Amino acid sequence: MQQIVNFLIRNKTFITFLLLFSFSLFLIVQSHSYQKTKLLNSANWVSGGIYNSTNNISDYFHLKDYNKQLVEENLRLRKLLLKEGLNVNDSISYTDSLSSNYRLHQAAVIKNSYNLQRNYLVINKGSNDSIRQDMGVITSNGIVGIVENTSSNYANVQSVLNSLSEINASIKNTNNFGSLKWNGKDFNTVQLVDILRAAPIKKGDTIITGGMSSIFPKGILIGTIKDFSLDVSENYYLIDVELFNDMTTVDHVYVIENLDRNEIMNLENSIDE
Amino acid sequence: MNKTTFINTVRFILLILLQVIIFNNINFLGYINPYIYILFIIFFPFDKDNRILFLFFSFLLGLSIDIFCDSGGVHAAACVCTAYCRPLMMRSVFGLSYDYHTIKIEKTHFGQRVNYLIILILTHHFILFSLEIFSFAHILLILKKTIFSAIFTLILCLIFISLFSRKSS
Repeated sequence: MQQIVNFLIRNKTFITFLLLFSFSLFLIVQSHSYQKTKLLNSANWVSGGIYNSTNNISDYFHLKDYNKQLVEENLRLRKLLLKEGLNVNDSISYTDSLSSNYRLHQAAVIKNSYNLQRNYLVINKGSNDSIRQDMGVITSNGIVGIVENTSSNYANVQSVLNSLSEINASIKNTNNFGSLKWNGKDFNTVQLVDILRAAPIKKGDTIITGGMSSIFPKGILIGTIKDFSLDVSENYYLIDVELFNDMTTVDHVYVIENLDRNEIMNLENSIDE
Repeated sequence: MNKTTFINTVRFILLILLQVIIFNNINFLGYINPYIYILFIIFFPFDKDNRILFLFFSFLLGLSIDIFCDSGGVHAAACVCTAYCRPLMMRSVFGLSYDYHTIKIEKTHFGQRVNYLIILILTHHFILFSLEIFSFAHILLILKKTIFSAIFTLILCLIFISLFSRKSS
């Protein structure tokens, strides 16, 4: 007994080191698992508050860009409206699917990162503004990510530029769907996998979200096909998708709330049981 | 509270704020960011008796950065490792004068100082990026990020040390 105590006292620095190190490893492993409320995230009032106040200042330097984005979006919407008035059959599915089952909330990004392997954003709306886990986040150009954690005033968004992210996507005008992942290399390109070899694809095709999940409605823009190749099994395509969204400059975003989500989840759970 | 504790507390908070507000957003060439918060580990007074305290503060420093960056415990792990290995690095770089533990980083020879910083920064960055990327397939990416970020950090650390050290009479 005496020897054990002596041993502990002699090596107390090393033991402290081991304890702290294994605790940090535990935190890393825990942060790798998707869909768990993480112990530590930046959507708390300290870091959220700091990011919010710095964002208040840095926003002024980008006012011109924001205005330009807004004008572009207005232009697009106006064009859509004109087209809608002239030819009802030619409406884009974007407007169809966003009709009644979805509600949009606006929010501003107060922290953004794109140079890590697992990137997260922080937005300035939280559970007080009825933002919940697993809501989709988009801009006028395309998708941004999925809400992962919320505090009362801030929410943590898992960016599409995150090696854990997996989003259902399909090729526009076909029914082939696969999942959208990121290999961590270039912050303008994401990868679309599991598209069958039989699918008719070519460079420049548009990729949109598929309606297979309850997070995003069908038809939200993602990007265009930049390059494609067959994977190891030669049965599926590996497609590089160039994002429409410039992930380095996202600021004002929309959070999509699916009003039917609870119903869908209940149904899925009842099948599992 | 004595003067050293006060200075270290202020340094702790200031470095975290500087890191998360300014230096995490530089993104030079898209991916190069300096991690200047390790100046805390470099500057922390050398004392054989409170190594546990030092480990603990380094852990806290890394953890605070992790909370801001949403990176799990990557920075915390890297900081604790670096802090644990610091006496070893000092012994190898400064030799015997380490045992007098009155050594001040700003009063050392330039060559020794650069050596010490390079070893410390490379260790920290390598652990940091290995844990962050966490895959052997990306070993080249890890090395690339380590080396380029280390150069950036080293330059900034040298500038900070010469800016904020008191003139020795």
